[in-house]
Amino acid sequence: MKIGVLALQGAVAEHIRSLEAAGAEAVAIKRVEQLDELHGLVIPGGESTTIGKLMRKYEFMDAIRQFSAQGKPLFGTCAGLIVLADRIDGNEEAHLKLMDMTVARNAFGRQRESFETDLDVKGIDEPIRAVFIRAPLIKEVGADVEVLSTYNDEIVTARQGTLLAASYHPELTDDFRLHAYFLEMVKEAAAAKA
Amino acid sequence: METGTSRVKRGMAEMQKGGVIMDVMNAEQAKVAEAAGATAVMALERVPSDIRAAGGVARMADPTIVEEVMKVVSIPVMAKARIGHYVEAKVLESMGVDYIDESEVLTPADEVFHISKNDFTIPFVCGAKDLGEALRRIQEGAAMLRTKGEPGTGNIVEAVRHLRLINGQIRKIQGLSKDELYNEAKLLGVAYDLLLDVHQTGKLPVVNFAAGGVATPSDAALMMHLGADGVFVGSGIFKSDSPEKFARAIVEATTHYQDYKLIAEVSKNLGTPMKGIEISKLNASERMQDRGI
Repeated sequence: MKIGVLALQGAVAEHIRSLEAAGAEAVAIKRVEQLDELHGLVIPGGESTTIGKLMRKYEFMDAIRQFSAQGKPLFGTCAGLIVLADRIDGNEEAHLKLMDMTVARNAFGRQRESFETDLDVKGIDEPIRAVFIRAPLIKEVGADVEVLSTYNDEIVTARQGTLLAASYHPELTDDFRLHAYFLEMVKEAAAAKA
Repeated sequence: METGTSRVKRGMAEMQKGGVIMDVMNAEQAKVAEAAGATAVMALERVPSDIRAAGGVARMADPTIVEEVMKVVSIPVMAKARIGHYVEAKVLESMGVDYIDESEVLTPADEVFHISKNDFTIPFVCGAKDLGEALRRIQEGAAMLRTKGEPGTGNIVEAVRHLRLINGQIRKIQGLSKDELYNEAKLLGVAYDLLLDVHQTGKLPVVNFAAGGVATPSDAALMMHLGADGVFVGSGIFKSDSPEKFARAIVEATTHYQDYKLIAEVSKNLGTPMKGIEISKLNASERMQDRGI
């Protein structure tokens, strides 16, 4: 199973390490042509404004929408979650508009309010350690979106079919279960196609 | 729920990787930087080349400037405190600045001691020109490093020297035996545990950006080629002829640092970069990199 990590800006190496630890082959993706060889794609944490601009500049918007339309799973963490969302709170233009949800950027405040905590995630047995860094929140979701976890009654992990989104950074810990969860989604998607 | 943990502080720097952090002096420049794709801005009263020109004591920026910048951008805002100036750093923290640069660009407040950065909830970035400095800053609590280079010169040679030296020293440390490591820790003036970590992992435990002399897209790409995790651009953008173009070009060259055709493309018709300074023309007292070792 070959998973790409969109490598325009952000914590790329950490996702590659986590995906490999969870049993996948992982590669950094800088060009749209590279998408063809993949079974799934991670959009990492970083600055969503920077990643969004570079995605437009290098024609990743339509390419990733097509990738998703082929039934190939996407996993967005932090900035990646913002990039997946259909709507961004405030006047900001949304990016991929694939997941039926409204997200708020920097929803917990500035860096001094950033934190880590134990978090229960539906489908994963024991809590995971979730690192929230100037993190976004999911303010509301459409009917097709399943909420996988909440923190203080706010949605922080969600899934819509082949799309997975987390407000926090599973790639910054040595716990690879959320990556393994995503790899299961990729396997299911491949099986469904076959 | 825990704030200000080492993972939260270092993680914030991880999210900046592959990005460009730009010096800005007002709200308008901050907006230009954000629109060009900067991953963060450094709010300053004067960029390093102006600090050089002005002389005198350089201090933390007027809080008004920092607040103004924080209001207009959604990306992280950094600000500089003088080396060893605990109170300037606490003032910046109280304002909600996202990252503090304990910086040799400002006139040091303490010639012996750096700020005890572990006492803060917000993270710090510090400059280093060799592995000893790098690990001492990490020991004090720095969550991110950058080369010192020679700020405000538009001359990349010192940043290259510092990054090459640090990476060369790391390779050397990897090859040492345990007993040699004890002695090396003594020679470098660093804790053995930190050095052992470098020996085992072959890398620094925090992100290391290039800074101090980046003036062109090719300069930024060169630093990435040499192993920098990202780039700080100080005077290079707003002291150039066309800041918007320069800013965008440096962002793209940093992302695609191995795509030379692309770098050629973004480097076309940029106008004049900042006027540089030959390092050998500087007096010893003008070398910012020798501050805070």
